[in-house]
Amino acid sequence: MKHFVKGCAVAASIAIGALACAGSVSAAPDDGLINESAAALKGKKVAFVPIAMGFDLTEAWAAGLKLDAQRFGYELTIRDPNWSVDAGAQAISQLISEQPDVIVVHPPEIQAYSRLIQQANAAGIPVITVSLKADANGDVFVGPDWYDLAVKETESMVKMCGKDSGKSGKIAVMQGVLTNPTSQYGIQAIQDTLKNHPEIQIVSNQGADWDASKAHAIASTVIKANPDLCGFIGLWDNMDVGIAAAIKEAGKQGQIAVASSGGGNQVSGCDNIENGNFASYVSYDAKGQARDLMMAVRTILQNKPATPGEHTVGLYTPLKVITKDTMTADSCWKLDDVKKFGP
Amino acid sequence: MSGRSITKLSQEKIVAIITVALILFFSVSLNSFLTAGNILALLQNVAILGILGVAMALAIIGRGIDLSVVAIMAISVAWVLQLNNGGVALPQAVAMGFALALVIGLVNGILIAYLEIPAIFATLAMGTAAYGSVRALLLDDNLVYLKAAEGTWFKWIGSGQVYGIPSPILIFAAIALIAHLFLRFTVSGRFVFAMGDNPLAARATGVPIRALMVLQYLLTAAIAFVAGVVMATAVDSMETRVARSNLVYDIILVVVIGGIGLNGGKGSIRNVLVGTLLIGVLLNGMTIMNIPYTLQNIIKSLILLAAIIIDAVMNPRDEQTSQQGDI
Repeated sequence: MKHFVKGCAVAASIAIGALACAGSVSAAPDDGLINESAAALKGKKVAFVPIAMGFDLTEAWAAGLKLDAQRFGYELTIRDPNWSVDAGAQAISQLISEQPDVIVVHPPEIQAYSRLIQQANAAGIPVITVSLKADANGDVFVGPDWYDLAVKETESMVKMCGKDSGKSGKIAVMQGVLTNPTSQYGIQAIQDTLKNHPEIQIVSNQGADWDASKAHAIASTVIKANPDLCGFIGLWDNMDVGIAAAIKEAGKQGQIAVASSGGGNQVSGCDNIENGNFASYVSYDAKGQARDLMMAVRTILQNKPATPGEHTVGLYTPLKVITKDTMTADSCWKLDDVKKFGP
Repeated sequence: MSGRSITKLSQEKIVAIITVALILFFSVSLNSFLTAGNILALLQNVAILGILGVAMALAIIGRGIDLSVVAIMAISVAWVLQLNNGGVALPQAVAMGFALALVIGLVNGILIAYLEIPAIFATLAMGTAAYGSVRALLLDDNLVYLKAAEGTWFKWIGSGQVYGIPSPILIFAAIALIAHLFLRFTVSGRFVFAMGDNPLAARATGVPIRALMVLQYLLTAAIAFVAGVVMATAVDSMETRVARSNLVYDIILVVVIGGIGLNGGKGSIRNVLVGTLLIGVLLNGMTIMNIPYTLQNIIKSLILLAAIIIDAVMNPRDEQTSQQGDI
């Protein structure tokens, strides 16, 4: 009898526990997909190898991935090579042996990691490349069409310096790293676009290694050598502030226009349009890219390709041209907000 | 007789001659080269390199080297901008950044003078360690914009003018002059030469070489901070990535090409000026000619190599110099 009572109590408590348990589950109904898709992400390993952390683009993308990692319980590893191509290559090699479920790579240039991307694919690991298009496609590419971006920049330059502008038509081009897709496809785009505008003449075409200080030095020389210069086409906001500083120093703000581009971070993009540093700005909205990247990772984890690298999904970022006339309060995003609230 | 005067050409003179030849060549071939505006731009563009060159020269003359100058410059000034943007008053932010630079310099000095770690290894390690720890612990981002200090005296340092002369040139001139006076006319300055020439002999004659070494690295750190302020206020931002760039080799190049031997004890600030001017003229002329970037690098290295070869032929190493040993 005593045993029976005790047994009942145990059974009852188990039953109550089960009920309570069932109760909490029923609070979030299964719509037939949500639990399954979340389960596919749980416990997976996602690795991210940026060019470097600590600047707007990579911080925004990482913020998105961190948010998802927390929410779905996947493990996110970020290996920061801090602008060293070697260290990045080592990080990817190391990751291949660790067999994560997906590797997100931000290639510093077209060739550098192509072999490694293929090796990862051959080892059965899907690869997502972000922003800078490498030679090897991997499984998903998230990033801008650099050709189109440079066409848009050149077109806005033509508007400011071309026919009927009353200007000299002399422009200068400031590239970053020459082996980077921004230059490889960008220069092609600039030349193709200018074929229809013979009145525009490129008087200087130099590279500044994405370094504002180098860009400043080159720009100040070019401005002195060409007193009637009409504009600069720059290829990254973080570098192009150096051009803007040189123009301001020469007292030519308003006379020499800067067409720039970047990830649409408030301080690098819209603030510079607002204060007149840039006359036009093509944004590839890194905040939007962060979301694209989150979704690409989710897709791959839920639906792992049978043969990684066989098919590639191209998720080209919609581009937005921002000028003083087209700028609105939400044309740009703030890094602090993205870090705090997600993309 | 004429043969003797040729062999007397020092590397500094050879580089000066090459520089003058280049100036003549560019003046004739490029319309816009020899204008006041362009010459000022030329000097302004190498001012930061020159300031860092002065710091490096102080280290090398004392038979040391400071590979951490660029890291010190980048992180200390990036921290100033970040503090100031975050609401810390400008003078206080500047003082904190300057103190950070001095602390790194002090650690360099102690490692080299008291733990007797060779300068090349101590500063190489400190550059990386300081960059890494400051970046991880103090700085939010790699790139810090100058926002709050816009329109202040601080902003003037790298972007102001006096009678049309850009302030970076004036600051370079001031730093060079102070360093020159220090080396030539102060007791500590003379001791730096003694230490560089023969540290053991200097010590035996009563030169406090350990304290002097610490002073040396404090000075390089202080000058690096000034260079950083000029750089940040010229382009409204500080990109800490510069710490990982090739800039430090360019600085050593300016010093060595100007004729300061890596084995210490020899040279003057004038050598730095000559070396800096050569690089400035080259870069400026090639930019005006719109020579592609990669080709510019090739031409630059070939001219520098030529200067070194001419020096090696004209001033061959003798038993004494080879015994001292370079780094």
